[in-house]
Amino acid sequence: MSARAASLAGRRPRGDQGRRTTGTPLRPAGNLRRRAAISRAAELAMASAAALAVALLVDVVATVVANGAPAISLAFLTQPSRGLAGGGIANALVGSAVMVALAAAIAIPLGVLIGLLLSEVAPGSRLASALELVLDMLQGLPTVLVGVFVFGLIVTAEHKETGLAGAVALSIIMLPLIARSSQQVLALVPGTLREAADALGVDRWRAVLGVTLPAAAGGIATGALLAIARAAGETAPLLLVDGLYDPAAFQLDPIAHGVPSVPMFIYTTYDLPAPSALSLAWGAALVLLSGVLVANIGARILLARSRRRMGL
Amino acid sequence: MTASVNDAMGGAGDLPALGVAPRHRLRLEPAEPDREARGEPLPPAVFEIRDMAVHYGSAQALAETTLDIHANTVTAVIGPSGCGKSTFLRSLNRMNDSIPGFRLSGQVLYRGHDLYAPATSRVEVRRRIGMVFQKPNPFPKSIYDNVAWAPRNLGMRTGLDDRVRHALEQAALWDEVKDRLRESALRLSGGQQQRLCIARAIAIEPDVLLLDEPASALDPLATASIEQLIRALRHRFTIVVVTHNMQQAARVADRTAFFGLEAVDGRRAGTLIEYAPTRTLFTNPADPRTRDYVSGRFG
Amino acid sequence: MLYAACALAGLSALALVAEIVRELVRGAAPAISRYGLAFVLHSRWAPNFGRFGGAQALYGTGMTSAIALALAAPIGLAIGLYLAVLAPSGVRAVVGPLVELLAAIPSVIVGFWGVDVLAPFVAHHLEGPLHAALGGIPLFGAPQTTGLSVFTAGLTLALMVVPIVAALSRDLFATVPRELTDGAAALGATRWEVIRGVVLPATASGLAAAIVLGLGRALGEAIAVLQVIGDGEGIHASLFLPGNALAPRIAQEFISPVGNEIPALFYLGLILLAIELSISLIARWIGRRFDVTRALST
Repeated sequence: MSARAASLAGRRPRGDQGRRTTGTPLRPAGNLRRRAAISRAAELAMASAAALAVALLVDVVATVVANGAPAISLAFLTQPSRGLAGGGIANALVGSAVMVALAAAIAIPLGVLIGLLLSEVAPGSRLASALELVLDMLQGLPTVLVGVFVFGLIVTAEHKETGLAGAVALSIIMLPLIARSSQQVLALVPGTLREAADALGVDRWRAVLGVTLPAAAGGIATGALLAIARAAGETAPLLLVDGLYDPAAFQLDPIAHGVPSVPMFIYTTYDLPAPSALSLAWGAALVLLSGVLVANIGARILLARSRRRMGL
Repeated sequence: MTASVNDAMGGAGDLPALGVAPRHRLRLEPAEPDREARGEPLPPAVFEIRDMAVHYGSAQALAETTLDIHANTVTAVIGPSGCGKSTFLRSLNRMNDSIPGFRLSGQVLYRGHDLYAPATSRVEVRRRIGMVFQKPNPFPKSIYDNVAWAPRNLGMRTGLDDRVRHALEQAALWDEVKDRLRESALRLSGGQQQRLCIARAIAIEPDVLLLDEPASALDPLATASIEQLIRALRHRFTIVVVTHNMQQAARVADRTAFFGLEAVDGRRAGTLIEYAPTRTLFTNPADPRTRDYVSGRFG
Repeated sequence: MLYAACALAGLSALALVAEIVRELVRGAAPAISRYGLAFVLHSRWAPNFGRFGGAQALYGTGMTSAIALALAAPIGLAIGLYLAVLAPSGVRAVVGPLVELLAAIPSVIVGFWGVDVLAPFVAHHLEGPLHAALGGIPLFGAPQTTGLSVFTAGLTLALMVVPIVAALSRDLFATVPRELTDGAAALGATRWEVIRGVVLPATASGLAAAIVLGLGRALGEAIAVLQVIGDGEGIHASLFLPGNALAPRIAQEFISPVGNEIPALFYLGLILLAIELSISLIARWIGRRFDVTRALST
């Protein structure tokens, strides 16, 4: 018998569980009982971690709702703040809206153009790789440093803090988010659409503008919405560059003046020695949180819908 | 490989030759003459499958199937694409459990134990009924660690080196890798990777080996070595092989089950059409559908 | 023409980053020339006395981030595993978005919650038992009344980092090919053994990058930390005492800076920027070995 035949004939090495257990029932025994217990414990730990995260989310939201709901009223939403005398958040809402709108006006076009560059116009080029790196850096930039930067750039030059500076800071925060999400959505547009445009002999850039971009419009809008929600909630940069304003003023001129905003309202009102301050701050927090959560959930739904429309 | 299976079996049987030039004829002997031909009793049944049907959600994948699979035999499962061969195979070691909507009715007994009883441990099932997949799927680890991983889990820590060596020898891979056990398994060729997967499966000494089209992703040379391996491994394991290649079934299997797509309740589902010793199924099939498939008239 | 517009936008982004670095260096220059590198060794921050030192801020940033990561890395990974491997599809569709929503909560609200709910909880229910059990280690000193401390700041940061690690790791785990996990399961391995033996090793470098990104978030958070860290003096051993950190200190002092404080604040900012840029680079470098940019869809 050859060596191979001999080895195939069933010579088995000794091992802890080398015995054939073919006849025994298919239930865990011995070693498996312990291993199965370990596996179950691990699964339990993982599920608990998830439960913990959900519980924390619920806790935060519940706290805001519980503390803020009493302050919510029509007056609260439509009246401007009266500083220490109480009032509402109307001017803060308007101020936030103005600043975020300005920021979006800067960041969305720039962001979409960058997204187009990365995905359609010049993917793989040196400019594109440099941009990928730069976008990662911008996305990881602490918002307070954005504030410091804008402070040095604009505030020191103008010797005052303005809503415009705030808007610029917010646009810097929004830019990488919009660029990234636009890039990803554009990359998802099926190649068949582009090929069809090519086959029709259409100019490259006309194809991009006329076919690819509209196809991705939904996804881009969603990304913009999320970026807006993020910017609306930022406090740190505003603290630095838009921190001095008249809390009672209805300021619609961000270029010359500081502009109130909801996050700043929350942050500054909290510490005021006024009796209603705490409640007002929580009320504003509730308004902000609701807006942010609605925007996020809405964006999610829109994204699912636009993906379906693109046939994904 | 254009010879008819009939020619491969030596030209016996009443099927007309398909006019293939002689030099394409394959003369292959099965590993040993059919036991039934020799008049020996069949080995005990390892699997007793009774009216097993599989549904994925509302779609029926496999119609009620009844057959026995016997110890230390190679059973081939053949049939056209989509006839449920893989579904059937994966149902034998509970690998379909993770597919959403999977539902099995009927009974599958493994050595007398109900595979799908609530108390049955899936992990234990797979320990005894191993599987090798169509596409080689070595772990991104070293060759040694690929083979040693499962035994380590099982607590077989002593004699691990011997165990690995033995498994690789049995898989006819030892000579090719013995000097590079610490290298990544991903650097092996396709055929080597598949033999590694086989070594990995037999290292824990299962009772049964399920092979899901083990050679379909491999070149002919590698395929031949896998088939040789299957024939040799039969002495230690019970083997069930799914293959779309009829000649392969003829070469390696003692018994063959032929599945086809038949209308069941208005929809088409995989159905066992015939199950017989390989020689019989190919040379003298009882069912006309088998005859059609085997002679190449469809599929 | 489109190309020109895109290129212009791209170049302006490049210019932006360059400007940020330049502006911070420029603003910090007076402080750098005044204090040099010894800045990081002194911990006293007294604007009225013109004495500025970054040591306390650095310590606070280090400690809070360490606490945050020590908690958020394992918890985030566990959640990622749960969502990618364990959860039934119905549960996954609900819990997944909920975890991501946690990341969307504005920092000022998280900080608010931290002051109102977490700090008292820490003061009354955590500091006592921890001090009793581990008081031998100087880190776990005597309990304080307010709960505003380095420890609470670390916990708050953990809450903000967990969803990042969870979402990124979930995307990573989902990329492990089915055939690998099937192959492992077919060898009679338990679920945990499959995770430990195949899923985790296959995604290891991506997970490291994800954790580094979480670290970046923790290092840069200003508002929430400012609200819960208590604005303490000096560096103390006990985590339960108030302290300060780089980002919060910058935010706090910048509101109404005193005279020559501004360059010193810029100096702190420059240090923070250097740390953050390094983190970005490290994460990219790790991620290059495993394409984590696919998962960076936050």
